[in-house]
Amino acid sequence: MTTLVGYILLFTGIGVGFVFANLTLGKLLRPAKMDAEKGTIYECGEPTIGSAWIQFDLRFYVVALLFVIFDVEMAFFFPWAVVFGQNVAAADAGNTAAQTLAWVAFGDILFFFGVLLVGFAYLWRRGDLDWVRSLAAQSTPKASN
Amino acid sequence: MSAIWEQYSALIVIGVVMGGVLTAVAYLVLLERWISAWMQDRIGPNRVGPMGLLQPLADGIKMFLKEDIVPEHVDRVFYFLAPGVAAATALLAIAVVPFGATVPLPAPLADLAAYNQAWQLYHQQVATDRCVIAPGIDIGFLFTFAVTSLAVYGIILGGWSSNNKYSMIGALRSSAQLISYEIPLGLAALSVVLVAGSLNLETIVGDQVAHGWNIWTQPLAFLLFLIGAFAECNRLPFDLPEAEQELVGGYHTEYSSMKFGLFFLGEYTHMITTSLMVSVLFLGGWDLPGVTGGTGWLAWGLKLAVLMAKLGFFILLYMVIRWTIPRFRFDQLMHLAWKLMIPLATANVMMVAVVREFGWSRWAMLAGSAGLVAVWAVFEVINGNRAINMPVRNKVGREPVGV
Repeated sequence: MTTLVGYILLFTGIGVGFVFANLTLGKLLRPAKMDAEKGTIYECGEPTIGSAWIQFDLRFYVVALLFVIFDVEMAFFFPWAVVFGQNVAAADAGNTAAQTLAWVAFGDILFFFGVLLVGFAYLWRRGDLDWVRSLAAQSTPKASN
Repeated sequence: MSAIWEQYSALIVIGVVMGGVLTAVAYLVLLERWISAWMQDRIGPNRVGPMGLLQPLADGIKMFLKEDIVPEHVDRVFYFLAPGVAAATALLAIAVVPFGATVPLPAPLADLAAYNQAWQLYHQQVATDRCVIAPGIDIGFLFTFAVTSLAVYGIILGGWSSNNKYSMIGALRSSAQLISYEIPLGLAALSVVLVAGSLNLETIVGDQVAHGWNIWTQPLAFLLFLIGAFAECNRLPFDLPEAEQELVGGYHTEYSSMKFGLFFLGEYTHMITTSLMVSVLFLGGWDLPGVTGGTGWLAWGLKLAVLMAKLGFFILLYMVIRWTIPRFRFDQLMHLAWKLMIPLATANVMMVAVVREFGWSRWAMLAGSAGLVAVWAVFEVINGNRAINMPVRNKVGREPVGV
């Protein structure tokens, strides 16, 4: 399979070269008249207040965590889907060994899905999938004063 | 002879694909402006060249000649890296997507001699029917999927390094959206992989040639994939990352000249790639009754034309939908991905696995899709359609400080 890697590398090389050429060639042609005004951040003409590198909303972080869980799950599914699909096709053609393997693969994935769905239901119930959260649910009962 | 030709033809194919995609991107921009004008009852670009046909050329030259402004407070390394990442990942994803007549990989056989012979025949056929940059790559779809998910780096790096609040908000929204919709997209494609038993896109097309297009047997997977593809491209119902009414330009607010051009190129290339993927995975690629059986150059050209017609249909769909459906609110966007598309896509994969395991007809999947949609509709009715209405916030005694 080295030729295949070769094609991909060749294409990558040409792609990178293309991007690089595009970014640098124009430098010979275009004007470069920088001044202090142009160097400021564009925020609709208002003076910038503070940096944009601030703490962002925690909900984005939760989405990223959920994504990692589900993406890892999908990384497991792809090889499984190929093996399962091929074995089912072979079983259809009358291969009994493939049929046994297909059943094992099917049982495995049912178990895996079951575990995953329990986790998903837990997240749903806990409200981690909600974007708009109720403030009342998060507030702890205050001591009366 | 055929082996050597196979390698030289790689260079030719790469040249043709790069040239074709870049020209297509330039003219897609013009097409989009025409369609926008038509839908809004305007005239649209018609001044540069006959009927405005030279407009893309003028746009390209302008990209080169405009001053490249780099603001003072940016993170320079990532600021320069981001447009390159955006354009390169979009282009690289095309490497395994077939754009014309292809040959499916030989199926695994118990007899080694026959298997080797099948491979030899395959290499002979590939030498002529070679409409993919890297033919016969086993991981096919997985490669495209992996590379397109890298596109989120281009956006988040561009948005963060600009040190601009609009860019930052756009990049945050964009990354949350892209990673959320990647899961239903992958799961919908997974049900196709399950049926074909291969990740290789040529084999998936071959499977559909033999058993009929996947859109007829798996309409739910098709819809999920299409919606996911719209979201991955940041096209209109999902264009929150660059919502121009509130975020100026979103993650590319601070970019100018060719760097902006590369972001643009990446976006339109992404549209082409996803449209090709939808056509290949669900609409049988180059397959069309009456064209499929043919051999020779005429049939080759026809197959290419058939796939291009399917590609063109989806691109037109992208553009028409842009001016038809208003933008989502962010909570609706997240609701759609996490509470609707991911459960549906997961159930769909399970349904396909069950149908395959018990060896039922492929049409059972059509019934299964309809059943899943019905279950969802009932669920939605019982839940009182909370997606549309904004949840009511209960007031806590007094407003928290800083609100």
